[in-house]
Amino acid sequence: MTNMDIRSRNNVTITGLADAPTVILAHGFGCDQNMWRLIVPALEERYRVVLFDYVGAGGSEPSAWDPERYSSLEGYARDVVEVCEELDLKEAAFVGHSVSAMVGVLAARTVPERIGALVMVAPSPCYLDDDGYRGGFSAADIDELLESLESNYLGWSSAMAPVIMGNPDRPELGRELTNSFCATDPDVARVFARTTFLTDSRADLADVTVPTLVLECTEDVIAPREVGAYVHAAIPSSRLVTLEATGHCPQLSAPEATAEAILDFLAAWH
Amino acid sequence: MRRLGEEPAPSGAGGGANAAFTSLLEDSAEELYESAPCGYLSTLMDGTIAKINDTLLEWLGLERTAVVGRRRFADLLTVGGKLYHETHFAPLLRMQGELRGIALELKTQAGARLPVLVSSVVKRGGQGEPLLIRTTVFDAADRRAYEEELLRRRREAEQARAEAERARREAEADRARLADALAVLQRSLVPDSLPDVPGLETAVHYHTASADRLGGDFYDLFPLDGERWAFFLGDVCGKGPEAASLTSLTRYTLRAAALHDPAPEAALTTLNAVLYERYAVGGDPRYCTAIFGVVEPGPAGATVHLASGGHPPAMVLRADGGVELLPTPGGLLVGVLPDAPVGSVRTTLAPGETLLLYTDGLTEARTGPGDRYGEDALRAFAAGRAPASPQQLITALTGLLDGFGDGLDDDTALLALGVPAARPTTELPR
Repeated sequence: MTNMDIRSRNNVTITGLADAPTVILAHGFGCDQNMWRLIVPALEERYRVVLFDYVGAGGSEPSAWDPERYSSLEGYARDVVEVCEELDLKEAAFVGHSVSAMVGVLAARTVPERIGALVMVAPSPCYLDDDGYRGGFSAADIDELLESLESNYLGWSSAMAPVIMGNPDRPELGRELTNSFCATDPDVARVFARTTFLTDSRADLADVTVPTLVLECTEDVIAPREVGAYVHAAIPSSRLVTLEATGHCPQLSAPEATAEAILDFLAAWH
Repeated sequence: MRRLGEEPAPSGAGGGANAAFTSLLEDSAEELYESAPCGYLSTLMDGTIAKINDTLLEWLGLERTAVVGRRRFADLLTVGGKLYHETHFAPLLRMQGELRGIALELKTQAGARLPVLVSSVVKRGGQGEPLLIRTTVFDAADRRAYEEELLRRRREAEQARAEAERARREAEADRARLADALAVLQRSLVPDSLPDVPGLETAVHYHTASADRLGGDFYDLFPLDGERWAFFLGDVCGKGPEAASLTSLTRYTLRAAALHDPAPEAALTTLNAVLYERYAVGGDPRYCTAIFGVVEPGPAGATVHLASGGHPPAMVLRADGGVELLPTPGGLLVGVLPDAPVGSVRTTLAPGETLLLYTDGLTEARTGPGDRYGEDALRAFAAGRAPASPQQLITALTGLLDGFGDGLDDDTALLALGVPAARPTTELPR
């Protein structure tokens, strides 16, 4: 494990301008780094863009999966920290979608010299309703999600996994497989889903000191606007931008607006 | 679109059948859409429902006016389904343009859940820009019940496997604990190693036939005073743990008796009294055979005084290559009678001579159907190797025992004592 090449473990890909400041794009629960592909072209014109898959997702190394480590957001944050260290990043901007926004908060706290700004795309520090806080979901709702995961393997099968996972050099093999972006070992997906939706990270927001952009959508079932307002209020150094977009994935449903908001924020920061 | 009813009727059909066929084909595309056995809906890219068929409305228990332009597709789903839709379904549909056979649950107006299989395709405009999403919805209640049954069985099987694995690990831990305990007990039956005796060379071999490694054979060697050393070797009746408890009693009785009175006959007489009192008096006679000896190394060799209770005779390999048995006439099994006679014998070991004590595991080893190895064969084996140092002899006998394989079905103990040759012995070619 210690000797494992982090780049292949996390299927790290680097594009854009080699000498420009670095932007790391971190996918959330569900799919993999392909989630970013509609906004990468706009970002790579001005930045060095680092993409990766968390262990357990996309083209990451299956043998690196450890249900204990990845049962807490800290485990995913260690992936981010290790990728930052492997690439020796300094003052990079971390763009995290959904649960990854909170992973970025934890990673920035661990290696503040490496992460200089945060972009939180459709973040939620707590998905479960709590006394006086409306995350939008109950524990029973999360159980329903787990059932949906059980019912839909989305092209994942133990027989095909090696083909998808084991050929980082030949991504076209994986691309040809239907649904491969979201194809995840169901055991892995269950752990990631539980960690994502049952973790309460509200207290961690107070640790954010870096310039932060909170991007929310006008209508997002998973991260409703009052949650976006909560995050913005909890981080004094944050800006809140509401995108004219519906759903939880503005980088797919409104890629131009999403890219523009990120680029504006980064330009102002730099 | 041409009406389906305008298709020419198939030739050769009878008049009545023809009319029925024609009326069937009156079905319009509109009618087919609205009353299809599956649900249809079309949504804008943001999910807003633009068109929905009667079948699906009926399943949902909703009025068209309450749905079209007012609800999104995800609104029709259970909360868990919404989460799945946002994290998997919608992103995949955006990236791939289509998605087939996704299992979701619709929430009906009456609050019931309807398991469905959903397929969606993005319709694109002339420039490839996405325009709307077409979705078909199949009732999958039976299919889902079947899948849930499979999942339930799989979980049960996994649970059973996990429990079996836990039981296996516990059993393994139990076995390891037992093996540790047995190893400790085993060490109480025979010494870990023999003490160094000045002027003597010693060697030993111990084999247990039972899988728990608790044997019914025993031996020991220990100092009596500055000059003399006591040793014994024997065989209790039975095998396994029962024999082992008798072995333990025997060994410590002999050691204690020797400290009190080092005469070999006295040690065996004491052992006889102890075993008789402990077992035979209670109607459960247990016995052993044993040779007890005292050796006193001296400048010209070692004097040996042996006493035996019913044990196979000791053997001496002389320096000149001769082999002698040392019978102890009159000795009986130890522990059977209240006053058992003990036979004794004395000999002297010159340099290069070796005394061998053994249990009948060696001589009773099966060498073929109905055949036992026997005392004569052992004597011949020893004659073929004399003179031999204790270690040479034990090494040769260990090889012999290994050669018996499964034929060696009893515990076996071998103890050899010898006076080192004056000059290094060299094997003479034979």
